[in-house]
Amino acid sequence: MPEDLNWAIGGEAGDGIDSTGKIFAQALSRAGRHVFTSKDFASRIRGGYTAYKVRTAVDRVESVVDRLDVLIALTERTIDENMNELHEGSVIIYDGERTTMQNVEIPDEMIGLEVPLKRLAEEAGGAIMANVVALGAACEVTGFPIENLDESLEKRFGDKGEAIVENNKKAARAGQEFVQAEYDHDYGYSLETTDNDYVLLNGDEAIGMGAIAAGCRFYSGYPITPATDVMEYMTGRVDQFGGKVVQAEDELAAINMALGAARAGARAMTATSGPGIDLMTETFGLVATTETPLVICDVMRSGPSTGMPTKQEQGDLNMALYGGHGEIPRFVVTPTNISECFWKTVEAFNLAEKYQTPVFLVSDLALAVTEQTFAPETFDMDEVEIERGKVVDEDDIDGWQNEKEQFQPHFPSADGVSPRTFPGTSGGAHMTTGLEHDALGRRTEDTEVREEQVEKRERKVETAREQEDWDYREFGDPDADTLVVSWGSNEGAMREGLEMLADEGLDVRFISVPYIFPRPDLSEEIEAAEQTIVVECNATGQFADVIEHDVLERVDRVNKYDGVRFKADELAEEIKDAVAEETEVSA
Amino acid sequence: MSSDIRFTDFKSDKQPTWCPGCGDFGTMNGMMKALAETGNDPDNTFVVAGIGCSGKIGTYMHSYALHGVHGRALPVGIGVKLANPDLEVMVAGGDGDGYSIGAGHFIHAVRRNVDMTYVVMDNRIYGLTKGQASPTSREDFETSTSPDGPNQPPVNPKALALSAGATFIAQSFSSNSQRHAQLVQEAIEHDGFGFVNVYSPCVTFNDVDTYDYFRDTIQDLEETDHDETDADQAKDKILDGDKEYMGVLYRDDDSVPFDEREGFDQNMSEIPDGAPEGAMDLVREFY
Ligand SMILES: Cc1ncc(C[n+]2csc(CCOP(=O)(O)OP(=O)(O)O)c2C)c(N)n1
Ligand code: SF4
Repeated sequence: MPEDLNWAIGGEAGDGIDSTGKIFAQALSRAGRHVFTSKDFASRIRGGYTAYKVRTAVDRVESVVDRLDVLIALTERTIDENMNELHEGSVIIYDGERTTMQNVEIPDEMIGLEVPLKRLAEEAGGAIMANVVALGAACEVTGFPIENLDESLEKRFGDKGEAIVENNKKAARAGQEFVQAEYDHDYGYSLETTDNDYVLLNGDEAIGMGAIAAGCRFYSGYPITPATDVMEYMTGRVDQFGGKVVQAEDELAAINMALGAARAGARAMTATSGPGIDLMTETFGLVATTETPLVICDVMRSGPSTGMPTKQEQGDLNMALYGGHGEIPRFVVTPTNISECFWKTVEAFNLAEKYQTPVFLVSDLALAVTEQTFAPETFDMDEVEIERGKVVDEDDIDGWQNEKEQFQPHFPSADGVSPRTFPGTSGGAHMTTGLEHDALGRRTEDTEVREEQVEKRERKVETAREQEDWDYREFGDPDADTLVVSWGSNEGAMREGLEMLADEGLDVRFISVPYIFPRPDLSEEIEAAEQTIVVECNATGQFADVIEHDVLERVDRVNKYDGVRFKADELAEEIKDAVAEETEVSA
Repeated sequence: MSSDIRFTDFKSDKQPTWCPGCGDFGTMNGMMKALAETGNDPDNTFVVAGIGCSGKIGTYMHSYALHGVHGRALPVGIGVKLANPDLEVMVAGGDGDGYSIGAGHFIHAVRRNVDMTYVVMDNRIYGLTKGQASPTSREDFETSTSPDGPNQPPVNPKALALSAGATFIAQSFSSNSQRHAQLVQEAIEHDGFGFVNVYSPCVTFNDVDTYDYFRDTIQDLEETDHDETDADQAKDKILDGDKEYMGVLYRDDDSVPFDEREGFDQNMSEIPDGAPEGAMDLVREFY
């Protein structure tokens, strides 16, 4: 396990928890340390417990763990909420002077640091800087050189003027000096800096960045947690590259606008979450049958219905695979970590255009709201390739016209992929419809033509199945008896879990799958293992069902559906239990 | 654009399956005439259609076209136009399509004021599903799903449009072919969202709102001193429950369409082979 520190700031929504946490996370990242952040938040704007957690180490960190070493508690509830993660020697920084926390009792085995956050902030220029005083105090406790905070403060407050930035720097130092002067503990932490060069971003931002890199010019959406960040990211940025974001009146409009833009030749995308995906489902079939390339991103959250909007779940897999009436050819791509959010988005656009098929890009809340550090070259833009598929222009249009010089947008070619003309292309005018149609795009109920078109659309998927790499990522011991399979954001927790298990003598082979349809064939891998365990954040094991269907064999399941992502140590424990159970059964 | 384009160039070789006498024949012919008259050709025209007898229009026309799902034609048209402003975009549908299932999109398309044309074939009935009440059906109009009449007042789409900030509202009648074509043409030429409600009688299921009824009641605004740039006069005409009017009810020539305001001026279909120039700056932002 890496030498890591788990830090958090918690309080009421509206207390500036997020921005304070982010200042600290950014400071660590710029100081060359790896960072992995997570958020506890409720679906409220003001009031209600909220926390921003930062895990940091010199080595990479891939997940959260069940441990909290330093906590800035702005409310008593923050301490209660995190009690089971706090441990002997955990440090709790709080203001015992001006808050309701005068009488708070810090358990004996922990270190309570009472710091007059508000008073010191006022002395530095304003009570509003209380959180920054706390950050200064945290620097002292963790041994993190306070100069590293400065740049982060400049980034955060630069717009507000030099004086504000200077006051904040002063506030941070006041916190640090107070702890230095008043307390004399050996906290045992020293957050060293390195020369490494990192960027810090979350999954939604990575999806938005991937879309722009892939040439997406048109984004239409309707705000919904946790997909809104994709839209907010693209707003303003895509304009610099000739694109636009449109906030539609609802998800029905959002997907239909994106469809229209895609038909006009733009690379287009919409992103939403559960309830919005439901609304888009009718049009999803239209996208598929008109053979329009479109990327539809679902950032999953807890369902059903409005469920728990700010909580994690991977419950929409069945919907992505089977949603919509009739049979809909589609691709389902599922990034497994934040850098994959970028790369799989790029790939989603290429798949959509090469095969003129809707692509479901299915991410989840844990990826969306988590920030992680990466070397900038992880997102090397020179590596981005754009493939637009069979686009036909004026010069080669006659090859795709019938004897009456009519363009055939649904020509049943051998690979199932049709020619495509962008409107404006002379000689290419054609109609597409949600009704079953012939090669010209005209309505038909002719039995043979119907079969031909159904088969043609399916053939695209077969072609893609053969031509593309539907690979998986593999970690751990390739020869282990225990095989763990997961999709989506569980990859990080499992990767760290592997090391914990190995330390305890349990070797595990771990396969993380970024494609659900088409997907890699895992028969051999499952055959080779004595036990297969499928890990996912849902109650019924939707991915496990799919795998069982593929290999005609029972697999074991580790499911979590309490709304919280897997933590590395917790997941390791669950895997250990599942292995023990299997051993018992077979004994 | 070539001036030798005739309205028949917008005709597909597919024979319409509308009932003989359906108002939609006249509506469509007028649309094709207006497109040709305004200098468009099939390759720069995109017609989006809704679902209903009315929605079949895209099939019988020759242009770039999409026939979508019920009620969602407007957002598709908006997407097409914003992604390629060089195209002439026309959206067509029925009163059920536009004012019932698609009512939300209608209001928002009006207030968004994208430079395109919306033609609604208003027959005050659901034709394709064989004669149920539509949102514009009269309160006492008996249908298979409303044996005693819908028992609720019809929506007034022109009032909805006016209150939502429409910049062009016209009322047309499919059987008055010249006038109808002229009104669609004005809608196309309007800089912004051109909305034309067309009385387009259903001869099979609606025996109340017939050709005769409209012919007898309709008054052409050209024969009055209606000032179409005056919103108050427009409001009076639109809310007048005793009369059916034909003509441009309202136009605001000073408003700037959404696409222009928001700077949608590029054809978005052209993109480079790789990430755009300067894309690495997007990564650097995350330092
Ligand atoms: C979601 C959905 N609901 C219902 C239908 C069935 N449907 C088809 S057309 C139509 C009504 C059409 O009425 P209108 O728009 O007035 O067009 P008309 O046929 O009269 O021209 C309905 C309800 C459908 N296709 N899709
Ligand atoms: S049912 Fe009515 S609207 Fe439909 S085609 Fe026949 S006449 Fe026209």
